[in-house]
Amino acid sequence: MSTYPLAATRRRRRSVRHTLDLRVSPYAYVAPFFLLFCAFGLFPLVYTAWVSLHEWTLLSDTQEFVGLGNYSTLLADGYFWNATLNTLSIGVLSTVPQLLLAIWLAHLLNRRLRFQTLFRISLLLPNVTSVVAVVVIFSQLFGRDFGMINWVLSWFGAGAVDWAAGTATSHIALSVMIMWRWTGYNALIFLAAMQAVPRELYEAATLDGASNFRQLRSVTLPMIRPTIIFVVIVSTIGAMQIIAEPLLFGQSTGSGGGTFATGGPDRQFQTLALYVYEQAFAGSTFDFGYASAASWLMFLAVVIVSGVNFLITRRAKGGIV
Amino acid sequence: MRLRYLTLTAVAFFSAFPLYYSVVVASRHNSALAQVPPPLIPGGNFLANVSRVFDTVPFGLALVNSLIVAGSISIAVMFFSTLAGFAFAKLKFRGRNAMLVITVATMMVPAQLGIIPLYMLMVKLEWTGTNYALIVPALVNAFGVFFMTQYLSRALPTELLEAGRVDGCTTWGLFWHVVLPAARPAAAVLGMLTFMSAWNDYFWPLVVLNPDNPTVQVALSSLASGYVNDYVLGLAGTAVGTLPLVAVFVLFGKQIIGGIMQGAVKG
Repeated sequence: MSTYPLAATRRRRRSVRHTLDLRVSPYAYVAPFFLLFCAFGLFPLVYTAWVSLHEWTLLSDTQEFVGLGNYSTLLADGYFWNATLNTLSIGVLSTVPQLLLAIWLAHLLNRRLRFQTLFRISLLLPNVTSVVAVVVIFSQLFGRDFGMINWVLSWFGAGAVDWAAGTATSHIALSVMIMWRWTGYNALIFLAAMQAVPRELYEAATLDGASNFRQLRSVTLPMIRPTIIFVVIVSTIGAMQIIAEPLLFGQSTGSGGGTFATGGPDRQFQTLALYVYEQAFAGSTFDFGYASAASWLMFLAVVIVSGVNFLITRRAKGGIV
Repeated sequence: MRLRYLTLTAVAFFSAFPLYYSVVVASRHNSALAQVPPPLIPGGNFLANVSRVFDTVPFGLALVNSLIVAGSISIAVMFFSTLAGFAFAKLKFRGRNAMLVITVATMMVPAQLGIIPLYMLMVKLEWTGTNYALIVPALVNAFGVFFMTQYLSRALPTELLEAGRVDGCTTWGLFWHVVLPAARPAAAVLGMLTFMSAWNDYFWPLVVLNPDNPTVQVALSSLASGYVNDYVLGLAGTAVGTLPLVAVFVLFGKQIIGGIMQGAVKG
């Protein structure tokens, strides 16, 4: 080394540093994401499985390995199945009409239109509103005695509905909140996909005399199918994890107070995620092992339901509707 | 034709009405709630109700907490996402495509599933009850990385980077002098989206914070639960916690919507 002239050494050092910079620095740039994901995303996920195999509460320092014990207790737990059914019911009630409405709204927006921006902003306004605000506002609108919705219904001769009290009515109320918040967002995503559809296809369809609805069914929907599949899967995953709406709805309607039951006094609108929360954080036991087991069964349900939805959406050739 | 405008106007009305009505109720006295028909224009009690909110829950502290949390998360997400987006969009390295696929795939992992061990982790770190528990796990996310990758691969000319190299810039120099300025429009949109979702986050703060050191959303939920019959109080708090964000959205809505639509289209 020392026999090299000084300038050459410097050049060589610089080129080593240059190569290092080119080869290594990209990894450093993407590292923050992967490190954080491993620490706060992946690790908790895997660790949940480990915890679920134990008798594990926050109140005790010792954790006893119980194998699949938590899982077998869960499968015999009536509240668990109640929560599963509620999740499916609220999920279907909120997602199916929401996505149909979103596609239709996107279709309406996908033309030359005056006030285009104004309509888009108003559509997305609910999505900017926090879930807490949504439930507080809608609990008032859905009030039994002085709620605006019952007042409007009374014009049609309907009696005062106690929305939070019944299973079906509370599921409808919650679905309305979820739909209100998410329809516009999904409409914009569909709209983005629709704008990528070549205009010539519509021109050709118009020449063939295809009606407006026919064009939507036979041109638009097949062309945006990847987006539809994407939105259906994302919505399914979201619907399987609904928690804040029933949690807050139970609080702000005053039901469930005093006891540790969440999602209504009879758990009539307790979802799976809310059941997990109740076991781990809202009850008196802080039963992390049991709640972790429920989490994993919930994950399994998410995978199964989104898998089924994926197959259905992919099969539905030509038209989704 | 006319039907289309009618429908869209009706939908716009239904989107805006609940927010408007909450302000109407929040600006009146509790007795207005029992009126038939319900009042449809705001009253004069708004400020009095808002000051009751501040007396009932630590709402000032909640506003400060939410500003700190949402502010630092947005700045960090903007920075780290641009950094990673630059690497994925413009730098060559082994395993790049695989890593990008993994990044996008992590968006599908339901975060709620890990909330119990995440909470246990926070107990170990002694971060429960503090803003660290909210900020640190959210410093960067897959959506932001994907979003900036998409933007930079389209909007940043490779020639510009090559010119920088010829001038002797290191990769970091390129990032600092060329990429960051070019990324500004998209980063601003990403920052606003991140701020909104951090501000509106409810469940994780509820689990990990104490009620006496809340964020805005946690404070709102305790308003809604503790004072069951005081709807006016709940709605006044909701208005204070929601309207600033709604105002920002109405001002910058066009760009934000552009950002959502852009991030949504998967390549």
